[in-house]
Amino acid sequence: MDLTRRRLFVGISAVLLLGGAAAYGAVAFAASRSIPEGTASTPMTGIRPGTVLFRQTGGGALHGLVAAVDLDDPGGPREVSARPCDRLDANVDGIVCLHSDLGLTTTFETLVLDETLHPTSSRPLAGIPSRTRLSPDGELFATTSFVAGHAYAGTDFSTSTVIFRRDGTDSGELEDFTLIVDGAEVTAADVNVWGVTFADDRRFFATAASGEHRWLVAGDLDERTLRAVRDGVECPSLSPDGSRLAFKQNRGSADRPDWAIAVYEPADDRVTVLPEPASIDDQPEWLDDETLLYGRARDDSPGDTDVYAIRADGSAGPELFISHAWSPAVVRP
Amino acid sequence: MYITLSDRGADDGATTGARTGRVSSTVIALGVVSLLTDISSEATAAVLPLYLTTALGLSIVAYGVIDGLYQGVSSAVRIAAGWAADRGDRPKPVALLGYGLSAIARVGLLFATGFGAITAVVVGDRIGKGIRTAPRDALIAASSDPAELGRSFGVHRMLDTVGAATGPVIAFVVLLLVPDGYRTVFVVSLAFAVLGVVVLGALVPDRRPRAEQATTGTPPSPFRWRLLAAPRLIRLLVAAGLLGLVTIGDGFLYLALHDRLGFAPMWFPLLFVGTNLAYLALAVPIGRLGDRIGGRRVFIGGQIALLCAYVLAALPVAGVGAVAASAGCLLLLGLFYASTDGILAALASAFVPLEARASGIAAAQTVVAATRFAAAAGFGLLWFAVGSSAALVVAASALAVVIPVAAILLRPRASEGGASAWT
Repeated sequence: MDLTRRRLFVGISAVLLLGGAAAYGAVAFAASRSIPEGTASTPMTGIRPGTVLFRQTGGGALHGLVAAVDLDDPGGPREVSARPCDRLDANVDGIVCLHSDLGLTTTFETLVLDETLHPTSSRPLAGIPSRTRLSPDGELFATTSFVAGHAYAGTDFSTSTVIFRRDGTDSGELEDFTLIVDGAEVTAADVNVWGVTFADDRRFFATAASGEHRWLVAGDLDERTLRAVRDGVECPSLSPDGSRLAFKQNRGSADRPDWAIAVYEPADDRVTVLPEPASIDDQPEWLDDETLLYGRARDDSPGDTDVYAIRADGSAGPELFISHAWSPAVVRP
Repeated sequence: MYITLSDRGADDGATTGARTGRVSSTVIALGVVSLLTDISSEATAAVLPLYLTTALGLSIVAYGVIDGLYQGVSSAVRIAAGWAADRGDRPKPVALLGYGLSAIARVGLLFATGFGAITAVVVGDRIGKGIRTAPRDALIAASSDPAELGRSFGVHRMLDTVGAATGPVIAFVVLLLVPDGYRTVFVVSLAFAVLGVVVLGALVPDRRPRAEQATTGTPPSPFRWRLLAAPRLIRLLVAAGLLGLVTIGDGFLYLALHDRLGFAPMWFPLLFVGTNLAYLALAVPIGRLGDRIGGRRVFIGGQIALLCAYVLAALPVAGVGAVAASAGCLLLLGLFYASTDGILAALASAFVPLEARASGIAAAQTVVAATRFAAAAGFGLLWFAVGSSAALVVAASALAVVIPVAAILLRPRASEGGASAWT
């Protein structure tokens, strides 16, 4: 080919490639304003007891919004609010909502919403939303976010985990609490803490990590301590009766994690790995004392997720609970 | 500037030695390839952490560890690619392989959902980057008037940086228009990456530096590792390595500015933008300065600029003074990049026989990458131990000691062609 032809080739390629990308963008733009099939809904105006709240996924105009289904008919009609949340927890009085505001300067915030979904407080969140939990009486809530390092490439991550009181005071970073493993204090600089679950308004459980360790820690807000209970436990979640902890456990390697859902019973120091073959990167939620809920990513459709239910005793495999859903939060009757 | 896209015929600049006043169209084409590829990679990089967490629901603490591991892989690949380019006397196909691999990785991003798959895609992209850099810089050297290497590399790095600055802007404009439109970002990113490969394939000539030299009289010699043992290249590698060991990484400098100014974290990206603007504005003038006063002097001058940036970042000033010092710091950091990145490649390419050019460039870039990686890790510990100001003072002192050593190492020797700009 002579140079003129080669330039023509480059010009035509540019038009086709960039035009194609623009066309894809236009279709995506249109789709982002449509309502996908199977997610027809009514507006959600408040929190009702006996429902599961969740983040709607699956694309379209409702993607990312807080939605609700009835506990006894999770596959039935859903209510969808106008409030976007990346991650949420809820009780009958309100919602803790972690939210990212995308832009040239992306910001993250923690919103506390009342029972009619109106914000009562807003505070900046240190990084990308990851986990949030309310305490049983709703007096406390915890947030975990990923703090991206300091490069566009974003390769240097740590977590920021803080416990807040409703009165606005907070615990400071949990990684500044005294971490005690086998009776000795751990002072390593690489300690990260994530995935808080509350026992009451003083005691909680979480994951503390240093090096290759992922300890389940029992935390005390008054003593400001974290005591390691066992290794290899991430994102614990305390059952409503307080007898068991569900968590994710890495059955892969450090650089290729494959997370199983497991349940730990402290009373007889027993761990049951549940029969869920997929890798589950979530903090499980207890539907009741026998059943767990968690989000599972769809292999064939990036960004789409479903919420599954599984028996906590390992006696049965997972079942689809809510389609196109993420971050379930049970609002008990 | 005398940038032009006009065709200059088949023997396009190169080894004729005639001053033309124009930058070779091959260099411009390579710059456009880098611009398109950087738009692609920076658009992806800007949204990847958000995509992993908010769209795929993955936690990403392990990501940093993985990145560290593959830095090593990237270095090994870089050396191998330099060797392959020299050995076969054809840098272009090797560069094409590298750009192509990164483009294919973008396709993977559209379908990958699991942590392992995403990791594989990111690693593929990094390996592609490792492969393409040295052969591409060898092509720039092969397509440039030897007396104007500085300007050629300056023009290339300017275009490259324009792409790096544009990519994140495009990504976030897409996300503003299409909420959760990560796939659209990846599709746009793929289009730019493929277009970069097309420009490289169609508009960059498949040069054979060794065979071309043979036609001008000097008999060709095959690549031998011994060619890399040229004393002035060794001294350049030692100097660059020593300097790399006392270079602390931009992230720490930005954190120091953040500590002092106390701005909201959301403005953090503006520091990158400031540095990039300074870099792209200065790349060409500094390259031309190198052509006039010599690349070695400019390279050492760049290190002095970095030293001044450390000092400005550590100065205990407040208020307007702090803002001015921080702006000066970003300007100096841009000056540092303009005076070292392309200049180092130009020096390395000039310090080895052309049969070993890609390998020489790869060696220099690997030394810098490896020593900076080690320095960032070490400096991180120091930062934790003594705090930001004291750590900066330590780094500045170390740099102040190393600069004169590097200057002596890089002093031109009469036996090696004396003091002309790029010998």
